[in-house]
Amino acid sequence: MTVDTAVPSKIRDFIARNFLFSDQGFGYPDNASFLEEGIIDSLGIIELVSFVEKEFAISVADQELLPANFDSVQALTTYIAGKQAKAS
Amino acid sequence: MLVQEFLSRTAARLGAKTALICGQQRLTFGELDAMANRLANALAAHGVRRGDRVAIHLPNGVEAVVGIFAALKAGAAFVLVNSSTKEDKLKYILNNCRATALLLPGRCEYLEELWRDVPSLLCGVVCGPGLGREDPRLPSFAAIQEEGDAAEPPCANIDLDLACLVYTSGSTGEPKGVICDHSNVDFASGSILAYLGTREDDVVLSVLPLSFDYGLYQLLMAFKIGATLVLERTFTYPALILQRIQEERVTVFPGVPTIFAMLLQLDRSAFDLSSLRFITNTAAALPPSHIVELQAGFPGVTLFSMYGLTETKRTLYLPPDQLALRPGSVGIPIPGTETWLVDEEGNRLPPGSTGELVVRGRHVMRGYWEAPEATARRYRPGPLPGERVCYSGDLFRTDEEGYFYFVSRKDDIIKSRGEKVAPKEVENVLQMLPGVMAAVVGVPDPTLGEAIKAFVVARGRAYSEAEVIAHCRAHLEDFMVPRYVEFRDELPMTSSGKISKLALK
Repeated sequence: MTVDTAVPSKIRDFIARNFLFSDQGFGYPDNASFLEEGIIDSLGIIELVSFVEKEFAISVADQELLPANFDSVQALTTYIAGKQAKAS
Repeated sequence: MLVQEFLSRTAARLGAKTALICGQQRLTFGELDAMANRLANALAAHGVRRGDRVAIHLPNGVEAVVGIFAALKAGAAFVLVNSSTKEDKLKYILNNCRATALLLPGRCEYLEELWRDVPSLLCGVVCGPGLGREDPRLPSFAAIQEEGDAAEPPCANIDLDLACLVYTSGSTGEPKGVICDHSNVDFASGSILAYLGTREDDVVLSVLPLSFDYGLYQLLMAFKIGATLVLERTFTYPALILQRIQEERVTVFPGVPTIFAMLLQLDRSAFDLSSLRFITNTAAALPPSHIVELQAGFPGVTLFSMYGLTETKRTLYLPPDQLALRPGSVGIPIPGTETWLVDEEGNRLPPGSTGELVVRGRHVMRGYWEAPEATARRYRPGPLPGERVCYSGDLFRTDEEGYFYFVSRKDDIIKSRGEKVAPKEVENVLQMLPGVMAAVVGVPDPTLGEAIKAFVVARGRAYSEAEVIAHCRAHLEDFMVPRYVEFRDELPMTSSGKISKLALK
């Protein structure tokens, strides 16, 4: 499974703009836990899901809303790649 | 009963039973009691004395739970501070209660500043990875648990001693610590357990922060009765919570309207939630449509609709058999207490009236920490000499049968995600920005209850919405950060020259 490098960069950019309100970019390592770092809260996750669904043309099932899939740039990138591979 | 005995007595009775499940950690009552003893002995060795305040600035987890009981076993009281509270407010609270010890995360970035600006601190117990400093004032939680003495420390407390301070937002913008003695906490826990009918074989799952009294009492009540608590840090990943309910065969799920609104939107069909026995709601009223949906979505699960304020812990609950008859009501006084309504002059009102809710019972806490004026306004003389009743500041109406219905607050406090937000506190932070005047109101929101909206007038320079929100995030807890920012040229004024909040809603 190949990982499109544009994916993590789009995620970082979305999070920086919408949750960190930062002009300086994401500023965390890709394996940083959104929860541990206080980057995203329970409402943020809903925004993140709609962004991911729209931007990457995938559909997120409710039971996939788990930290293993969503709690870091790295986890989310892998999750998106898996969904796209399944769809194609 | 003393609050630390909720743990020690249950440990003596059910030592090998699982008390607490946090992520991968599972601890028995016996293990937790020994951990609390070790930390209590260490706190005492660092100079913590009877009556002192021990602050805990940690997310939900084993360390916070052990910290609560350790503080009590050391004869001190515990003060939980939300883990998302920022440096300035944390310092304010620590100085307000003159904390002598603090449990803090190892990653705390402003330890030097705390040490410098909070002169009462004798020690900081470092929890989790991080720091790695060689400072005798900063013992690590892990080292205390490895090397500490697990003998039960001698107990000098009586139940009139301070058990905890629960900080709550006030309309002035400065948080106030509600003084809870052991007998208050014991009575309130017992009364709530009685009407809920919680059992020793229950498994309670809580996502509510321990710094929120609703979250704290999930722990205290579970331990008092010998039930198991599954303690989660957040509801951020709802599927994880549903998975936990299934795996741990959870029977009790306490929530607030925002959590239930999110739960109702989820496809729950992949999860077996049949273990659930009852769910509880408080902090804000559930919309009647959500009550209907919850009952349909969780068939056979009993729903308790409740109301309370930190100043008396829980106050009212609706017996579940009344839910279909009066879905808009939050019920009757909790067992062993009474409530009534008064008019502006303090006259008691008959059933069918609207007025301020007054509360009488042993759950009426002792006042606000070192705030005699605020205490005198809220806690006023009761029928017997020396007794005090609590004027809730909330307007209610009653029906002919005496059931209570929430009408509105008398002050301008916003309830967002079930948490109290003082507009003044948010305005104070906004006005730290040079040239900014701000007014903050709550606007209706289907998920949040109320969303926080800031009206900003900036003179001398322009700000972007992102800048304003970033500033708020740096100084306020998550739930206090405005959802909306609107820039205005000026703010509407009343004839007396105050900002007219009504005109902004």
